[in-house]
Amino acid sequence: MAHRKLNHLKELESESIFIIREVAAQFDRPALLFSGGKDSIVMAYMAYKAFYPAAIPFPFVHIDTGHNFEETLTYRDKLIKQLGAKLVVGSVEESIRHGRVGEEKGYYASRNKLQTVTLLDTLEKHGFDAALGGGRRDEEKARAKERFFSHRDEFGQWDPKNQRPELWNILNGKKHTGEHFRVFPISNWTEMDVWQYILQENIPLPSLYYTHQREVFERDQILYAALPPIPRKPTEKVEVRSVRCRTIGDITCTGLTLSTANTLEEIISEIAGSRVTERGGRLDDKRSETAMEDRKKEGYF
Amino acid sequence: MDDKKASGLAGMETGYLDMELLRFSTAGSVDDGKSTLIGRLLYDSKSIFEDQLQSMREASSRMGDEGVNLALLTDGLRAEREQGITIDVAYRYFATPKRKFIIADTPGHIEYTRNMVTGASTADVAIVLVDARKGIVEQTKRHSYIASLLQIPNVILAINKMDLVNFSKDVFDAIQKEFEEITTILQFKKIYFIPISARDGDNVVYASANTPWYNGETLLGLLEKIPVHSNENSLPARFPVQYIIGSNNDKHPDYRGYAGRVSGGSFKVGEAILVLPSNKRSFIEAIHEGSKELNEAFTPQSVTIQLDGNIDINRGDMFVKFTAAYPRYSSTISLHVCWLNAVPLRIGGKYIVRQTTDETSAIVKDIRFKVNINTLENIEDDKTVNMNDIAHITIKTQKPLKYDDYSENRITGSLVLIDENTFETVGAGMIVSDPEVFSYNI
Repeated sequence: MAHRKLNHLKELESESIFIIREVAAQFDRPALLFSGGKDSIVMAYMAYKAFYPAAIPFPFVHIDTGHNFEETLTYRDKLIKQLGAKLVVGSVEESIRHGRVGEEKGYYASRNKLQTVTLLDTLEKHGFDAALGGGRRDEEKARAKERFFSHRDEFGQWDPKNQRPELWNILNGKKHTGEHFRVFPISNWTEMDVWQYILQENIPLPSLYYTHQREVFERDQILYAALPPIPRKPTEKVEVRSVRCRTIGDITCTGLTLSTANTLEEIISEIAGSRVTERGGRLDDKRSETAMEDRKKEGYF
Repeated sequence: MDDKKASGLAGMETGYLDMELLRFSTAGSVDDGKSTLIGRLLYDSKSIFEDQLQSMREASSRMGDEGVNLALLTDGLRAEREQGITIDVAYRYFATPKRKFIIADTPGHIEYTRNMVTGASTADVAIVLVDARKGIVEQTKRHSYIASLLQIPNVILAINKMDLVNFSKDVFDAIQKEFEEITTILQFKKIYFIPISARDGDNVVYASANTPWYNGETLLGLLEKIPVHSNENSLPARFPVQYIIGSNNDKHPDYRGYAGRVSGGSFKVGEAILVLPSNKRSFIEAIHEGSKELNEAFTPQSVTIQLDGNIDINRGDMFVKFTAAYPRYSSTISLHVCWLNAVPLRIGGKYIVRQTTDETSAIVKDIRFKVNINTLENIEDDKTVNMNDIAHITIKTQKPLKYDDYSENRITGSLVLIDENTFETVGAGMIVSDPEVFSYNI
């Protein structure tokens, strides 16, 4: 008789696929938020599995800060083509041009916070009523309080103290006109689960995740790519190092890890030995103790 | 994929692709050391990272604590950190080489019963904490009742703060005896008792030298060994249809597949099935998981099933094995309900019902009794069901539901009530079959 036990990755996958299908069944116009990072890649892969052999019944939405790594965009376009999916791009640059948001100034300027406005505008413009995201509860303490189906009011805001209870595997996506849901199918995955799953399923990743030589500079004990979107202080000197990304955001908020890991196996053993969380390299979380909770309430990813 | 497993994953750090997943819940209040216990499990299993520790150190010193307050790890929202309490269910994750764990960490006060019920709904194990100095108190009874109501298969009574009673065996034995008396009226498959000190780590991850009289497992050792999903595959087969996949491209012309998650037992290609409620018979032609073809699908796999012939099938229908044990089928349903909303339950009130992937509406016919979850007594003369109350009620649904008794199947035996106007999830229901309701009969 077959071994009737799922390993932890298969069980997590089964839960996530169930949630992705629930979105397709309960909403009129869902979309998948795609950043080009490993979590959204895993989401795209499971969405493909969930509806096989039919096409994925919702488009991908990419909020482009204009400060993306080139490798991210190349990977995005190739994947979209392979999956036969539709892509909607929301541009932060355009939001700035239209005066919806103002560019931050100074050495620490980032478009990370501005993305929220572009994201909400894009969801509204296309009438999306559910946005699937790759947020995980283990990433950050405010995310640990998220539901799978997370209700947003008509202003796109999250009220963490008044969330719908979620019991068993029953998901309630009922809403009034103008409200929408954020849905987090990989809530229960950890960083390690994501990497192990990528290995188990042999999913190709952007080259940024593997070691490469790059011009970098150090700021507040974190290495950043020496690329135009980040203005450097005169004291910040550029050097070439062997690095890789542990998470991928846009250039201004992605810290690089010194690493020679060239295969998924090497990455996994590097993470297993790591004593810093993956968001330890994310400048956007370091602004305050509750930086993520504050951004999330406003409608951030 | 298999090649890679064999070659690349032999190392200790990467060798555990084949871990099992165990979900457990904890309930407790500020003083009984629950957050400290979780912090201890994460800390001693090396699941806390340097930057988290640093941020906890800073927060601890701001709040005037000496050293690191492990409780800060689990309190995520601004209000929780400011008030030093857990408001909501917080999910935490850690892994050992044997298992991956999901902790549903819930506040223990009576006004948070709904959060405890939520956290317990998916748990395989409940950890009930007892303060060794105080013994069995109301809160212990409440947590035990919830674990029993939600049918969590295993309960661990962790008798904490043993350091404050000089690790006395007599204290431990007395608490165990008292608890065993209560649980004769509650039903647990298995109860374990462990003497611990969450603050100092005794018997949490490492066996304690202070309790030479205790020969059992440490808490973590037990969590690594308790069987999970042991009976799900021996249950009668259930497959609620979730979504219909249709495709008409060159590769897959006229494709029609039924997507869903196996919610009891297993299904094999070639088996005869019955589609409920239409009572149509068919055979399983193929089972897919993504593009991979399977011979058998079992609980809790998400798969796509193709059937022989052309039958009208909708979301909310259910596949069961032909001639096997059928679910019950009725529109009069008795259930235990935990009320989740500030607006009380109304007799005669109409609610939306969600059960598996099915949806209908229902009217509350009767509140039979409320449960005093501190004393475990039934109250028959008070029929107001407020937030956090647990009651036994009867509802009449617009169309019959296909269900099992909650004690037989936690997925097909559970439902939620949704407010028709606010769309909030207001009630969590566990179906109790009446003896007069017969099984589905053909």
